[in-house]
Amino acid sequence: MIRYIRHAAAFCLLLLVALLVNAARVQVFEADALDDNPANRRTTIDRYDRPRGNILVGGRSVTGSKDTGEQLAYERTYRDGPLYAPVTGYASQTYGTTLIENAEDAVLSGTDPMLAPLPFWNEITRDRQPGGDVVTTVNDSMQRAAYEGLGGRRGAVAAVEPTTGRILALVSTPSYDPERLSGTGSSVTDAWRELNASTSQPMLNRAIRQTYPPGSTFKIVTAAAALDAEVVTDPDAATDTPSPYVLPGTSTTLPNEARGCEQASLAEAIRVSCNTVMAHLGVEVGLDGMVEAAEKFGFNDSGLKIPSGVARSNFDTDMSDDQLAQSAIGQFNTTATPLQMAMVASAVANGGDLMYPHLVDRTTTHSGSTVHTTGSRSSHRAMNPMTAMRLRQMMTDVVQDGTGTNAAIDGATVGGKTGTAQHGVDNSGLPYAWFIAWAQAEGSARPAVAVAVVVEDASADRADISGGGNAAPIARSVMEAALED
Amino acid sequence: MTATTADAPPPELRLPKRRGVELSLLIGAVLISVYGYAAVGLAHDDAVPPDVAGYGGGLGLLALLAHLAVRFRAPYADPLLLPIAVLLNGMGLVLIYRLDLETPKDQAAPTQLIWSTLGVAFFIAVVVFLRDHRVLQRYAYLSVAAALVLMIVPIFFPAVNGAKIWIRVGGFSFQPGEFAKILLAVFFAAYLAANHNALAYTGRRIWKLQLPTGRVLGPIVAIWLISVGVLVLERDLGTSLLFFGLFVILLYVATGRTGWIAVGLLLAAVGAFAVGSFEPHVHSRVQDWLDPFASIDAGRGPGQLAQSLFAFAAGGMLGTGLGLGHSILIGFAAKSDFILATAGEELGLTGLTALFMLYALLVARGYRAGLALRDAFGRLLAIGLASILALQVFVIAGGVMGLIPLTGMAMPFLAQGGSSVVTNWIIVALLIRVSDVARRPHPDEVETGVVAPVPENER
Repeated sequence: MIRYIRHAAAFCLLLLVALLVNAARVQVFEADALDDNPANRRTTIDRYDRPRGNILVGGRSVTGSKDTGEQLAYERTYRDGPLYAPVTGYASQTYGTTLIENAEDAVLSGTDPMLAPLPFWNEITRDRQPGGDVVTTVNDSMQRAAYEGLGGRRGAVAAVEPTTGRILALVSTPSYDPERLSGTGSSVTDAWRELNASTSQPMLNRAIRQTYPPGSTFKIVTAAAALDAEVVTDPDAATDTPSPYVLPGTSTTLPNEARGCEQASLAEAIRVSCNTVMAHLGVEVGLDGMVEAAEKFGFNDSGLKIPSGVARSNFDTDMSDDQLAQSAIGQFNTTATPLQMAMVASAVANGGDLMYPHLVDRTTTHSGSTVHTTGSRSSHRAMNPMTAMRLRQMMTDVVQDGTGTNAAIDGATVGGKTGTAQHGVDNSGLPYAWFIAWAQAEGSARPAVAVAVVVEDASADRADISGGGNAAPIARSVMEAALED
Repeated sequence: MTATTADAPPPELRLPKRRGVELSLLIGAVLISVYGYAAVGLAHDDAVPPDVAGYGGGLGLLALLAHLAVRFRAPYADPLLLPIAVLLNGMGLVLIYRLDLETPKDQAAPTQLIWSTLGVAFFIAVVVFLRDHRVLQRYAYLSVAAALVLMIVPIFFPAVNGAKIWIRVGGFSFQPGEFAKILLAVFFAAYLAANHNALAYTGRRIWKLQLPTGRVLGPIVAIWLISVGVLVLERDLGTSLLFFGLFVILLYVATGRTGWIAVGLLLAAVGAFAVGSFEPHVHSRVQDWLDPFASIDAGRGPGQLAQSLFAFAAGGMLGTGLGLGHSILIGFAAKSDFILATAGEELGLTGLTALFMLYALLVARGYRAGLALRDAFGRLLAIGLASILALQVFVIAGGVMGLIPLTGMAMPFLAQGGSSVVTNWIIVALLIRVSDVARRPHPDEVETGVVAPVPENER
C-alpha cells in the first residue's frame, strides 16, 4: 500500500505543478495581452481614480475634478466651460478627449514618464504620479473680450503674440459646456446627441478646425507676394490695372465694392480694398509665386499643431489665370482658418518673421515644477523685412482712414484689413465678415497682438455685413485688452 | 578500553511532540492575517481598520483554543496542520473583508467569522471527543446512508444559480454536499480497508482484466452511479468530479489495480463528455472554458471567467497590493467561487504560489500521516481527506484560471461559505487525530529501544 500512496502523492504533485504552470501562464506570459484587452475596465478605472491635472489660464485653473464616488471616480469640471471650450476641449469618460485635454493627456492623467522624479520610477513603484498641470498662453481678459464681442453669433477669434507665437485668445461661438460630457450615463449621451444634432455646431472649434474663404483679408498675402516678387516696387505708384477688369480668359467682369480703384496704387488698393488691382497683381505674380507666398504664411500645411491639430488652410496649386485672379482676393478655393489669418497679421507686425503658434506655455508636475516648456520658435520668414515694413504702413492706413476705422485705438498703432467673403452656390450664402489686425502700443518696440476675427452670420441685413462693421469692433476690444496688460 | 560514563542511564527515546513549534507558527499565522487586515484598511482608506484589535484578538483566541485542544488531547499531532488552517482561514477573512469594502450593502466577513468560530468549535469537539479514529470504522454504513440523504435532499429545494446544491430554510442556507464529502471519505476508507484483499485478489479473470466478485464490486459501482446522478440531477460538476476522484484515488491506494482505474477514468470521461455536451448548464461552462472571450466578441462584455483572467493578469508577478485591485469586477460569486482571483490580483503570482504551497503542505502532511499509520482504515482515511483538499483546490483553482472548465466549488478555507469552512475544519481535525496516532510512540518500540548497559568489569 505504501507504494500506491506514493503514486497518489505523485499525482497530487502533478496537480500542483499544473496549477503553478497555469498560474504563470495567466499572470506572466499572457498578462500583457489580458491587460490590454479592450473589455478590461482596469485601465479606465485607474485613469479616473485620482483627480486629473488642471489647465491654467492666466495663473488660474479653468478646470477641476470632482469625486463622484462611482466606479470611475473622478469627473472633469470646468469653470466658464463655454468660454474656454475651444482651448481646453472636453475630457469625457464616455467620449474620450479633445484639444488640450487630448494633446496633453499624458501629463494631465499622470502617465507621462517625465512627471516621475526619477527615470523608470513609475515602473519600479508600479504607481502613477498625480496629474500634472498645463499652463496655457491664453490671456483671460482677451479671451473674455473676444467671447463677449462675438456675443453668441457664429464666429471665431484667434489672437497671437506676433513676436513669440503665443496664442492669446482662441474663441469659437456658439460654444458649449464641456462639463456636460464629463461623466457617463444617459445625461451625457443625451447631451452628446443634442450637441451633435444642433445646426449651430457648438462643438466645432471654428478658430482652428473650420476654414472660411478669407476674402479681402487675403489681399495682404497677395500684396506681400507682389512686393517680394518686385512686381510692385513702389506701393504708392499707380498700377496698370485695366478697368473694367475682365478675368483672364473669360468674359466675366470683376466688380469692385470700392470706388477709386482705377489704376489705384497698391497702398490705395489695400486701403479701400480694390478687388481689381489685387486680382491683377496676383495674376502678374503668377501661380508659382502666389503659391510660394501663401505657403510661406502657412497655407497648405496640414501638419500644424498648437498642440492640437489645426485644419489645413488652402491655396490651390493648380489653377487657370481667372481662378488665380479670384484666389488672389481670397475667393475661389482659397480658404483659411481664423488662426491662419491671425498668423498673416502677426507676420506683418513682426517684420516678416512668422512665429510658430502655440497654445501651451509649459507643463508642470502637480507640485508645480516645470516638466516641459514650449519655447518660441520661428516658423518661416514669410516676407522680406522691407516688404513687412511697407505692409505695416498700408495696414495702418486702412485703420486710419480706410475700411477699418472701427478698429482704431487711442495711444496705439493699429494695422488692419477688412474682408467680406462671399460663399455658397452663386454666392447666395450670407457673407462672412472678416477682420485681421495687429496693434502696437506707442512707445513700445514690439507689437502686442495680432488678431483675426470672423463672423459667420452677422444677423443684420446682407448689405450691412462687412468686415469693418461687424468684425473690426470685436478685434478692437480684443486688442485693447491686450494693450492693457 | 578506557573508562567511560557507562554508568549513566541511556537517554530515554523520546519523540518530540513539537507543540512549541505549533504555537510559534500559530502566532505567525495570526500576525500575518492581522497584518493583511491592516494593510487592506491602509490601502483602501488610509487608516488601520478600527476593529483590527478585535479581529486579531478573536482569531488569536480561536487559534489558542484549538492549540490547547491539540496540546492536551492530541499531543503528538503534526505541528503544521493547525497553523496552516489558521493562516488560510485568516487570509480568507482578509480577502472577504477586502471585497466587503466594495459592496457596502453586502457584508460577508462578519458572517464568515461566525462560521469560522463554529468551524473551530467543531475542530475542538472532534479533537476532544474522538479519541481514536478507528471508532469511525464502525459507522461506515451509517456514514454512507447519511451522505446519500445529504446529497439527495437539495434536489427537492429550488436551484440557486443553476445548481441544486443548497438547502434554504428561512435566511439560513447551507450546502449539505460539503459534509457528505467527509462521510463518503469515511465510508470509502472503511469499506476499502475491509475489502481490499477481496477486491485485489478474488474474482473472475476476463481476458487481461481481473474483475472482483459482484458482491464486492456492487457498492463501488453504486457509488459511481451516484456521482453521475449528482452531476445530472444537481448540475454540480465540481462535487461529482470530487467524489469520483476521491473514489478512484482510494481504490487505487487500496488495491493498486491500475486497470480498473483506467476503466473508471474512461467511463468518467465518457460521462463527463456526454453531460458536457447535452446538459445546458454544464455545456455553457465548457463553452466558456474553450473561449473565455466569446461574450466580448459578441458585444455582451466580458463574462465571469474573462473577468477572473483579467484579475489574475492584473496581479502579475507581485500583485497590486491588498486593497488595491479591482477583482470586484467579477461581480457575482467574487467572494466565494472566485475568491482566488482577488488573491491573484492583489498578491500576484508570488502570493498565489505561496497559497498553493500552503495547500500542498497541508496535503503532504496528510499523506505523511497516512504513510506512518499502521492500520489500513487510518491510512485510507488520511489519504482520502488529504486528497479531498488536493482535488478541491485543483478543481476550483483550475476552473477560475481557465485550466479546466469552471465548476462551482469553494476554495478550502478562503472562500465565503459556512458549510465549506466548517467541513474543512473537521477535515483538519480528523487529520490532526490520525497524525497524532501516526506519530505517537508505540509502547513496545520504546521497550525494545532500551538496551541494558554492559558493565565495564565484564569486559
